[in-house]
Amino acid sequence: MTPPDDPALVRVLAADGTFAPSPEAERYLPLIDALTDAELETLYRDMVVVRSFDRQATNLQRQGQLALWPPSLGQEAAQVGSVRAARPQDHLFPSYREHVVATTRGVDPIDIIRVMRGLTHGGWDPTDPKNGNVHIYTLVLGSQTLHATGFGMGLVFDGRTGTGDVDRDEAVVVYYGDGASSQGDVHEAMVFANTYRTPQVFFLQNNHWAISVPVATQSRAPLYRRAEGYGMPSILVDGNDVLASYAVSRLALDEARAGDGPRAIEAMTYRMGAHTTSDDPTKYRTSDEEQSWARRDPIARMRAYLEGRGAAASFFDEVDADAQAYADDVRVRTNALGTIEPDSMFAHVYSEDHPLMVEQRRWLAAYEASFEKGA
Amino acid sequence: MVESMPLAKALNAGLRAAMTADDHVLLMGEDIGRLGGVFRVTEGLQAEFGDRRVLDTPLAESGIVGTAIGLAMAGFRPIIEIQFDGFVFPAFDQITTQLAKLTNRHEGALQMPVVIRIPYGGHIGAVEHHQESPEAYFTHTAGLRVVSPSTANDAYWMIQDAVRSPDPVIFLEPKAKYWMKGDVDTAERPLPLHASRLVRRGTDVTLVGHGAMVTTLLQAAALAESEGTSCEVIDLRSLSPIDYGPILDSVRRTGRMVYAQEAPGFTSVGSEVAATVMERAFFALEAPVLRVSGFDVPFPPAKLEGTYLPDADRILEAVDRALAY
Repeated sequence: MTPPDDPALVRVLAADGTFAPSPEAERYLPLIDALTDAELETLYRDMVVVRSFDRQATNLQRQGQLALWPPSLGQEAAQVGSVRAARPQDHLFPSYREHVVATTRGVDPIDIIRVMRGLTHGGWDPTDPKNGNVHIYTLVLGSQTLHATGFGMGLVFDGRTGTGDVDRDEAVVVYYGDGASSQGDVHEAMVFANTYRTPQVFFLQNNHWAISVPVATQSRAPLYRRAEGYGMPSILVDGNDVLASYAVSRLALDEARAGDGPRAIEAMTYRMGAHTTSDDPTKYRTSDEEQSWARRDPIARMRAYLEGRGAAASFFDEVDADAQAYADDVRVRTNALGTIEPDSMFAHVYSEDHPLMVEQRRWLAAYEASFEKGA
Repeated sequence: MVESMPLAKALNAGLRAAMTADDHVLLMGEDIGRLGGVFRVTEGLQAEFGDRRVLDTPLAESGIVGTAIGLAMAGFRPIIEIQFDGFVFPAFDQITTQLAKLTNRHEGALQMPVVIRIPYGGHIGAVEHHQESPEAYFTHTAGLRVVSPSTANDAYWMIQDAVRSPDPVIFLEPKAKYWMKGDVDTAERPLPLHASRLVRRGTDVTLVGHGAMVTTLLQAAALAESEGTSCEVIDLRSLSPIDYGPILDSVRRTGRMVYAQEAPGFTSVGSEVAATVMERAFFALEAPVLRVSGFDVPFPPAKLEGTYLPDADRILEAVDRALAY
């Protein structure tokens, strides 16, 4: 596991929000200096809004509206920094907790809700431009790292990257966690990515817990250092520092899109909530640990920084009101969600006609109709 | 134009035609480039199309299938070669939980035109993991299409049809028949990808099978004829979906059916065909549908493969049992 005082750590904001770059952060400071006040406020707003949405979704699950909810609570800075670093032409492959990654790029939060309510296995169409090239969630751990790598190979083979034009060259970000880092597919993805020099960032959110198993069980060595074995540069970043997360992601993505090959980022963060609404963290971790991470809350940190820069109280009030309205809207629309037709399970199993689908669909229709007639 | 060539050469010609027709068709696998594959099916293709179209990938089957999925998402049509049947299982997760389900998960917004070629079956006296018949694992998975050519002509055409399919296709190649020559008509497609084929006409018993077993069924039919029994032979060709038309037509005429396969019989393709024929042609049957299969044991050491694999005599024993009802 990665020690908290690892000298490789890139951190810009201290836990209390003061601007205190670590030695490794120096090279990233121009990227942060270039951010406008409006962009800094957007980073904060993104985090507050997704936390509000996430809390709403957790409540909806408790009230029986959703089958399950995997909270992103605590991981907002890692996710917001990386997704705001991506350029419009980039492609993002989430795992299943990257709610702000999806919504920031344009995915309707109700589409994530529909997945967790049991209405669909997918939720949105990644080929529809309105969804910002965000691929759908992947529940089998690590599988998406290979899909992202293959997609990156396609970008290379088609010359869609590496031309030197940052506004056109495409790159790929794939999200996974400390648990998934043990999966063989992640290893194979790193092998293929380096063989074919894909324009890709492996973005590992080390939230310290794979359900109940601590990261120390996944690895004795710091996870970011695995990259070296594949011949790939890697960066360790404070994942609760949105500025650091943004800056390292921005540079890594632009290097990757320029043709320099894949990069790996380990964002040190913490899953402040349960793994999912079916989980009970009190069974495996201490409240001391939870409280120590609460003191490193990514939203409080960024708020303190913005306050230090002179942001008005009215700004924070306005963000809070917007976030509440966003969550209220999700609640209203969740309650209005209908059901799905039984017949729909036969659609899209295959792209073309398939005799079994035709036959079973017809049988089900006749079977259901027999109840209507007999009643 | 009709030309006689071995089945492996016909596959090579079919792959070349598919790659020529669409510049986003690419080949991925282990040792398929410079070497041309351990069975030489891809021989010469890397020299012809370059190493961006014929990829000697890292040695990792899950990685090959997983990256092929990503390539398909990016607009490519990858054709994967798995080196041997027993080596497909590291990729089983990507095939069954991802490749097979992604179109469904995307509600049709995304297609997965990926072909996975797998040399399968016995008869080559090889070591463990090199002679297996894993078809039932794949036919049990919704979203996959599963086919197996038994002749050079079918190999030439079916590989091209598989590449054109918008759905993933598991393409099972009977490795024992790679060197078997047959006429290939490069001008006229014989049948659609998912059609079964009447190979030999007969009146007493219907013999059905797939892959290398089709040759064995024809041997059995020839022997039976010398003993006065007329056997009809049907090549299943497509294992999922199954084209029951020719099979039911035949069984309604003969009243008897035997299915032969190398795979273990328990929950096998032959079991599925037998059950369906009994459901749909019950009143035409004079005898229960019988199966001749590999035994339900691990594929044995090569010295026992002759005992394990169904041969013409075992098929005739089943024909005799069917006729005895």
